[in-house]
Amino acid sequence: MVSINPGSFELEDVSVTYGTETALAGVSMSIDAQAVTALIGPSGCGKSTLLRCLNRMNDELGNVTVGGKVLLDGENVNSRDMDPVELRSRVGQVFQRPNPFPMSIYDNVTYGPRTLGIRAKAELDAVVEESLRRAAIWDEVKAHLKKHAFELSGGQQQRLCVARALATKPEVLLMDEPASALDPISTQLIEDTIAELKSEVTIVIVTHNMQQAARISDRTAFMLRESMDRPAGLVEIGNTRQMFTTPHDKRTEAYITGRFG
Amino acid sequence: MSASKARVRRARLVEALMKGVTGAAAAVVAASAAGLLAYLLYRGGPSISWEFLTGMPHTFMTEGGIWPAIVGTFWLTVGTAVFALPVGIAAGIYLSEYAPRGRGTRLVRLSIANMAGVPSIVYGLFGLALFVILFGFRVSILSGALTLACLTLPVIITSTEEALRQVPQDLRQAALALGATRWRTIRTVVLPAAAPGIVTGGILGLSRAAGETAPVLFTAAFFLAPLPHSPFDKVMVLPYHIYIMATQPVKPAPHVVWGAALVLVAGITVVNIAAATWRARARRKVTW
Repeated sequence: MVSINPGSFELEDVSVTYGTETALAGVSMSIDAQAVTALIGPSGCGKSTLLRCLNRMNDELGNVTVGGKVLLDGENVNSRDMDPVELRSRVGQVFQRPNPFPMSIYDNVTYGPRTLGIRAKAELDAVVEESLRRAAIWDEVKAHLKKHAFELSGGQQQRLCVARALATKPEVLLMDEPASALDPISTQLIEDTIAELKSEVTIVIVTHNMQQAARISDRTAFMLRESMDRPAGLVEIGNTRQMFTTPHDKRTEAYITGRFG
Repeated sequence: MSASKARVRRARLVEALMKGVTGAAAAVVAASAAGLLAYLLYRGGPSISWEFLTGMPHTFMTEGGIWPAIVGTFWLTVGTAVFALPVGIAAGIYLSEYAPRGRGTRLVRLSIANMAGVPSIVYGLFGLALFVILFGFRVSILSGALTLACLTLPVIITSTEEALRQVPQDLRQAALALGATRWRTIRTVVLPAAAPGIVTGGILGLSRAAGETAPVLFTAAFFLAPLPHSPFDKVMVLPYHIYIMATQPVKPAPHVVWGAALVLVAGITVVNIAAATWRARARRKVTW
């Protein structure tokens, strides 16, 4: 149950309830360290909800109860001893739409480290360069670090957001449809970055684009909400190649071959 | 074919008509503002002199300057800002960022909306009963500023809340996901982004307060007052001075009334323009 690799998740019977409505139930799966796990499924199947369980962002929505166990490297994420600040520095997130802060490129990247209390200029400078390099945007912005982030293109902004999430040196990076608002070239750059990063960081990516899931992920989880009066759940999880060629579940096959969703 | 032509012609006609009607409405507004200012300049302009602005009044207020009224209005407005801005902005932050959705919050919002609808003379009576008499602050700058602060609070709270709501939810999510606490998110991301709107709302609220007569009638204003030395002194104020000189002068002195009116409007305009300029610069500014 307890993994030795840093950055692995173990989920046991995870459920999410908003007020009185259970949105997601019975999810048990493991997320391997230093691999890309894709969450796929039709809209409303609980992919983003499940993603938010991993860094406790559901807490911020108010009136949300998360049941079951979410273990990060064997530690219960939802326990009282877990500090959300520390958790979120270990589990970074990139959102669907680029959302840089209205400040300079430099200040965007250093936001996370400064939240953790790092103030030394030399240290912050080093973090900025390293993070921007890892997000494959350093060469484009190194001469303009004081420039306002809004002056960047949408694709550049999203890579800046990746850099910002990497600046706290997380073990895990959650990506909620990170390329859905981007053009094909920017999408390609994000996918290249994911491929580069996965040797160091565990990546969990929600995507609507099945080709993308097939291209970039090692493992794929298929989720489904079969009717509105039942919560969403996990149908199956497996190696991406196997999931896309010989899925065990008929519903997975139907979805992947484009018969619904 | 001809039916569609007729439809197109009708659509063009409606389009032209609506453009004309809305444009005319805008022109009426612009003309009223311009007319008001022009008439004010015409009537009040000749009164303006160095002596009028900085001199003490004499000969039953009909000669000399209005310096004590300018000073009184200035200190009352500063006092109002000191009380109303911190409380109003904090309450706006609570409503936008922390308040749970529920009956309690709805009740608070409803009371604020009601507060905004209370006539200013009622604030005057309230200030008289509470600050002047019950708290024993007497008729003073302090009582007047507190009364004006009550009057201004709904404007400041509402505009703060509005400005904060304009800040995209995505930005809050990004900060929280980086481990920032609620307060750090508000302080470093949400407030800076909303600052131009908050400042604009604050200035608008304060400039309205600066021009109010009724709330200061029983709480701060005095017809014949020397320059104030402490917050517990009564003061002359411009709107009240205009009111008295226009309605119950010992001998008619229209040049004082119009001169004071011009000074009041000019002062408020200068502050509003300064705020607008600052806001435009803050919006353009690259980092904050």
